[in-house]
Amino acid sequence: MEKRVLLVALLAGLPALAAAQGSNPNLSRDLAAGCAHCHGTNGRSAGVTESLAGRRADQIVSTLKEFREGKKPATIMHQISKGYSDAQIAAIAAFFAAQTPVK
Amino acid sequence: MKGHAMTREFKRRDFIKLVGAGAAATLAGCATEPAKPAGRVMVIGGGFGGATVAKYIRMWSGGTIQVFLIEREQKFVSCPLSNLVLAGSRSIEQNTRGYEKLRDYGVTVLNGEVAAIDPQKRLVKFKAKYGDMNYDRLVLAPGIDFMYDQLPGLNNAEAQKQVLHAWKAGEQTVALRKQLEAMPNGGVFVFSFPKMPYRCPPGPYERVCQVADYFKRAKPRSKVLVLDANPDIVSKKGLFLAAWNDLYKGIIEYRPNQEAKDVDVRGRTVKTEFDSFKGDVLNVVPPQRAGAIAVQAGAVTANNRWCEVNWLTMESIKVPNVHVLGDATQSASGMPKSGSMANQHAKIAASAIVAMMTGQPVNQTPMINNTCYSYVSATEAMHVTSIHAWSVEKKTLLPVKGAGGVSTARSTLEKQFADGWAVNIWTDMLG
Repeated sequence: MEKRVLLVALLAGLPALAAAQGSNPNLSRDLAAGCAHCHGTNGRSAGVTESLAGRRADQIVSTLKEFREGKKPATIMHQISKGYSDAQIAAIAAFFAAQTPVK
Repeated sequence: MKGHAMTREFKRRDFIKLVGAGAAATLAGCATEPAKPAGRVMVIGGGFGGATVAKYIRMWSGGTIQVFLIEREQKFVSCPLSNLVLAGSRSIEQNTRGYEKLRDYGVTVLNGEVAAIDPQKRLVKFKAKYGDMNYDRLVLAPGIDFMYDQLPGLNNAEAQKQVLHAWKAGEQTVALRKQLEAMPNGGVFVFSFPKMPYRCPPGPYERVCQVADYFKRAKPRSKVLVLDANPDIVSKKGLFLAAWNDLYKGIIEYRPNQEAKDVDVRGRTVKTEFDSFKGDVLNVVPPQRAGAIAVQAGAVTANNRWCEVNWLTMESIKVPNVHVLGDATQSASGMPKSGSMANQHAKIAASAIVAMMTGQPVNQTPMINNTCYSYVSATEAMHVTSIHAWSVEKKTLLPVKGAGGVSTARSTLEKQFADGWAVNIWTDMLG
């Protein structure tokens, strides 16, 4: 699975990921797990919130950055996204992009 | 932690004991496991922390680590959303989930109670039903116990049946709802809660809203008398005050610095240092500490109440191979005792435990976030959120500056997201 994450990241052109990943092969998985209490295990939502599994990495990155910069209206995501660096956002996006989407 | 323990096999005698106890079905997941698993983790407590760590260790180890989850209750009943049961806008069944889906992940759920831990022998001893079991690593997720010794009049079982806490959801929640239903219109509900730190900082203020919501609809002459042991509202202050003022004017009386010192159960009176407050229904949430099994295991290291942990691994600073999650921990700076936080603690622990038991590096930059919604009526909610990252300098998790915050205002949209949080976190922990 981690190989797939890296592959998706490379295809999406995300050099920042390599920096975030460092020596820890599970960093993107661990960062993304922090989203599950609202967006579901591995980004597969159990209801109400959007599923992130299988979304394009570049779309997740741009959405999170729009939240962070206050360009996209939000109730909570503008506050959460401010806690994460570009590299961390790239790592999270790569993980979700590599997950099987909800049918 | 390396050595023989890592390759210890699932002992035949344990298997026989389990089958003898009628737990054969729960072992189905083990049948397809490799002959030599990477080791065994036992988890005590099936709440937001314990259930999550059990599932995630199975997921992240690819099924190579055996996981046993020990829980004394038959089903999980959520504390978050339980205040809505007091208001009558949700049923306790809507907040209840079973443990059966964890079996699909290969978690063996043992419905029993632990008598003692022997950290030297790495042994869990049960009160009944199961024989002693060895572990390579143990996770304590015992939640809280109440310090009834601080309230002499409540320090017996009979008194505790009459004056409820309803701060562990389940029977107590349903019983408090019945007391509120039986209370006459024009009655006074006296609600006392302790100084920080306690489970769920915004929870008491949400309860005030929910009981007031019920009174407004069903018993409009009734009052909620709030005895807060703290000097001020500790969470989402502006938002709660706005809700009380806009939605429940005339129903709520708020008294800060009123720490309960005793309770006169027969006289239906809460006593503070200088005053006494009589009511028709009393609801007293006592001060809290880590669950008793953490004390027995020797993991309680802070103020005789909480368990200090290494935030990179959630391992006890004192008892090797024992990890502690959730409300039982000595919270890091700015970290609330919440269901969200316990769920996130569980993921730090799962990642670290899998890494340590399979010879991989432990994540040195863990990052977690907290999201707590409060329902201020049947239709509106609001949140507080924070992000916590490892500080190399301070060697702890610290809130990320400039991130997090509270709602601009309560809203019906956030009520939908609160419902979404609940269904997603329950599914994240229980499959």
